Amino acid sequence: MRERQLRARDLLRGDLEGVELEEYVEQSVLTTRLESMQAWARANSIMPLTFGLACCAIEFMSMVTARHDLARFGAEALRASPRQADMLVLSGRLSIKMAPVVRRLYDQMLEPKWVISMGACSSSGGMFANYAVVQGADKMMPIDIHVPGCPPRPEALLHGFNKLQKKIRGNPDLGWRQRYNAIGTEEWARVEPGSPSAEALAAAKRFSELEPYEPGVSSSTAAGEQD
Amino acid sequence: MPDAPGLELIAQEINAAHDGTVIETAHERGTATLIVDSERVLEALRWLRDTPEHEYRFLASVHAADYLPGEPRFGVHYELLNMPRVERVSVKALLADPASPSPATSSASPAGVSGGGSNGVGTLVLPEIDSCVELFPTADYQEREAYDFFGIRFRGHPDLRRILMPEDYVGWPLRRDFPIGGEPVLFTHNEAETPHWYE
Repeated sequence: MRERQLRARDLLRGDLEGVELEEYVEQSVLTTRLESMQAWARANSIMPLTFGLACCAIEFMSMVTARHDLARFGAEALRASPRQADMLVLSGRLSIKMAPVVRRLYDQMLEPKWVISMGACSSSGGMFANYAVVQGADKMMPIDIHVPGCPPRPEALLHGFNKLQKKIRGNPDLGWRQRYNAIGTEEWARVEPGSPSAEALAAAKRFSELEPYEPGVSSSTAAGEQD
Repeated sequence: MPDAPGLELIAQEINAAHDGTVIETAHERGTATLIVDSERVLEALRWLRDTPEHEYRFLASVHAADYLPGEPRFGVHYELLNMPRVERVSVKALLADPASPSPATSSASPAGVSGGGSNGVGTLVLPEIDSCVELFPTADYQEREAYDFFGIRFRGHPDLRRILMPEDYVGWPLRRDFPIGGEPVLFTHNEAETPHWYE
């Protein structure tokens, strides 16, 4: 520590030269792209909206408390206004009467914004397969992360939150089929056990042609660069 | 709760005052029920509320039920309570479905309005009963709820519109023939029935 302080003093005096100067710069300067830097900052300073729909909201609340401590990941400042928030957690069943309200809240949030669908109800309707509940909130708004469970424990929601952070940093988690190179083993794509069908092969081909996601670069501009 | 003879006495007294109001009495499972003519339910309720010695002044609940395939199809239940004696009596009015295809009622309903049968979706011909808001103001919201979920129109209600479902909702969701909603869950065993669902 003392040595580094002396080196810094030497740099300021202009005494460092040659190899020593190179070493000093290498140790103290980090090079990155602005997009990555921005994504890193965004991922670690999320402001969730103070918003709950049903019983999952209890778990969401306890995620903020000291025991689970969402502040470790820089998202402890829950905002009471959608204008100040950039993450919405759909915590609970979404009734068709509530759906326009949620959609308006989402529309009022400023870009960039992310949504976590928490629990079985908001992801698929859950046990409420009836006339009053939206069967999956992704029917009326874009959703980034689905957290399964009924309700998910706060740890599960934290795990989903970490996955969202990875996604914001531009390095999203792959599904297990991608990680284990198991494209084509989907149940719907299997004609008979063990043999990938033509559909499965087509799906694998589509996947291999996907462009890797780049933060800050929309697909339209990426296509423009190719032209 | 009045015992069985007491209930019979109440029924006879109501019929003596308003002939043909009480059709039947039922006394089972700890509930004394007067089954009344749906056109004269207000007379029965007013008598029960105002007659000395009875004075069922508190309306604990108004709710509807759908007895499909029973006939008549709908029931409107009034639960009355005498607070000092803690005695309850229940009044039940049965309503036929005017949109049902049975010949006796279809001749009474306006022709050509009941498009699409009686499945509760888009049915314009609704069963009707008198509103008891003037007797019991608490019935306001409860009758709106019965209207919301069963499509029973309460004549004379000051503000009959949906109370829980969205205002633009179509249909009467707690009717027994209302489609249950939701989506079929896809499992391995039934995915053959929905080919190409992933597209």
